[in-house]
Amino acid sequence: MISLGIEGTAWSLSIGVVDESDVILIENDPYIPKEGGIHPREASLHHSENIGKLVRRVFSRVDPESIDVVSFSQGPGMGPCLRIVATTARALSLRLKKPLVGVNHCLAHLEVGRWKTGAKNPVTLYVSGGNSQIIARRGKNYRVFGETLDIGLGNALDKLARYMGLKHPGGPKIEELAKSGKRYYELPYTVKGMDFSFSGMVTASQKLLDEGAKKEDIAYSFQETAFAMLAEVSERAMAYLEVDELLLVGGVGANARLQTMLKKMCEERKASFYAPPKELMGDNGAMIAYLGLLMHKNGYSTKIEESTVKPDFRVEDVDVNWE
Amino acid sequence: MSMRILCIEHLKRLREEPIKIYLGGEAEVRIYSDFVAKKRRKKGYRIDELDAFLRKTRTKMEARIISSARRAGIPTPIVLDVDEETILMERINGEPLKNIMNRKLSRMVGEYTARLHTAGIIHGDITPMNLIYCDGKIYFVDFGLAFYDTRIEARGVDVHIYFESLKAYFDNWEDLRDAFVEGYLSGNFDKAEEVLDRAEEIEKRGRYVERRLAED
Repeated sequence: MISLGIEGTAWSLSIGVVDESDVILIENDPYIPKEGGIHPREASLHHSENIGKLVRRVFSRVDPESIDVVSFSQGPGMGPCLRIVATTARALSLRLKKPLVGVNHCLAHLEVGRWKTGAKNPVTLYVSGGNSQIIARRGKNYRVFGETLDIGLGNALDKLARYMGLKHPGGPKIEELAKSGKRYYELPYTVKGMDFSFSGMVTASQKLLDEGAKKEDIAYSFQETAFAMLAEVSERAMAYLEVDELLLVGGVGANARLQTMLKKMCEERKASFYAPPKELMGDNGAMIAYLGLLMHKNGYSTKIEESTVKPDFRVEDVDVNWE
Repeated sequence: MSMRILCIEHLKRLREEPIKIYLGGEAEVRIYSDFVAKKRRKKGYRIDELDAFLRKTRTKMEARIISSARRAGIPTPIVLDVDEETILMERINGEPLKNIMNRKLSRMVGEYTARLHTAGIIHGDITPMNLIYCDGKIYFVDFGLAFYDTRIEARGVDVHIYFESLKAYFDNWEDLRDAFVEGYLSGNFDKAEEVLDRAEEIEKRGRYVERRLAED
């Protein structure tokens, strides 16, 4: 079975094609804001102008007739962007006369991670621009055991980067700066049970910059504090749930320091740490294609009239009937 | 300030084989027949400055808060001894609420939580794992993330965390949440309604982040 998946919940616009054993291709055409953050209308304009070309690029590499399922990211995400994705998916499904499967974006991250790493029943730390969550399976659903009380980590990094005059996406630039940071500044370390928050850290960091602290030191302090918080909540979830596997997914997961810290935490409690390869870490079409394939194999399909976008789609709302 | 050390008797006892070792989110808990030792060991994943700061401040704060919660009438274990990174406390040999949760117990958690909040204490991690039922009382056992705060926001988050943990563990979480609310409102805590409203509001935050990202 071959599945095509379209992702475009925010800045990323990506189509992936997978079969049961591997990723066949990923084609990307991301929206990059000229300045400032992501504007939903501009992002959706970018998506609508470029999705046609992206589809043609994909079909120059795979035969459209070979596609068995058309999957798309139904939510959560920015409404205007989601609508471009859903419209394209409906059109392809009708044109190719193949079933449509609307999938949850967060669950796609998690399932592609399990698929490519071999993690069985992990606690999943999902960190991206808009989302930062601790997710684990409980019976017929995945549940969110902990999450940010204000903004996602990626968003927090972007805010800090922008304040430093750096362009989107800020995460990789902060990571680079942090490597030459030496001095540690104490920042608000906010962990409440398995929940956490980042906005206090952003404000404190901005203040440090105003007071003349070095960018490198701020970046270093920010990473060390935020990642330690995530390692702590991940460990707490693993302890509560008696799970000895941790899976890291989401765009911020590509950060090498975060991976090192989580790996160390797992080592110290004799647990296993998993992270998928970089191209499957951030938002991508292959993860959507894979979850669509998995769901279709287990009897799911989405009727056109049920394919409306779900900007607030929660991972808990998906009934999971697969292993 | 001189470093606090455990008394010799306790140090000896710590060399005995514990009944069970539980590796929690930030501390190692050794359970002995009549006491529990909670030790915040060094975490290799974080830098030394942050590690030392967290271990020291949390241990100190936890010992202080256990005692003040007790004075406020909330069942907690008695603190026997403390050093820079270890707290020795009485062992509460009961059943974690996780295993026996029902409406009546959740209501009682609500009553006690309101009492904690009245005393200016935020527990920081109220979950069915951190509550032990013993001799008709519910003991609050883990004050590892507790702090003093009388703001509505902090209290709201405290309640929110409990609700989230109910959701994660129990299918009848709505029922258990309602029971908690009943209990929380039953005392004479004058801010109870305001806190519960805030908890509801907090639930809605953090979920529309994509939208907020767009508004930047």
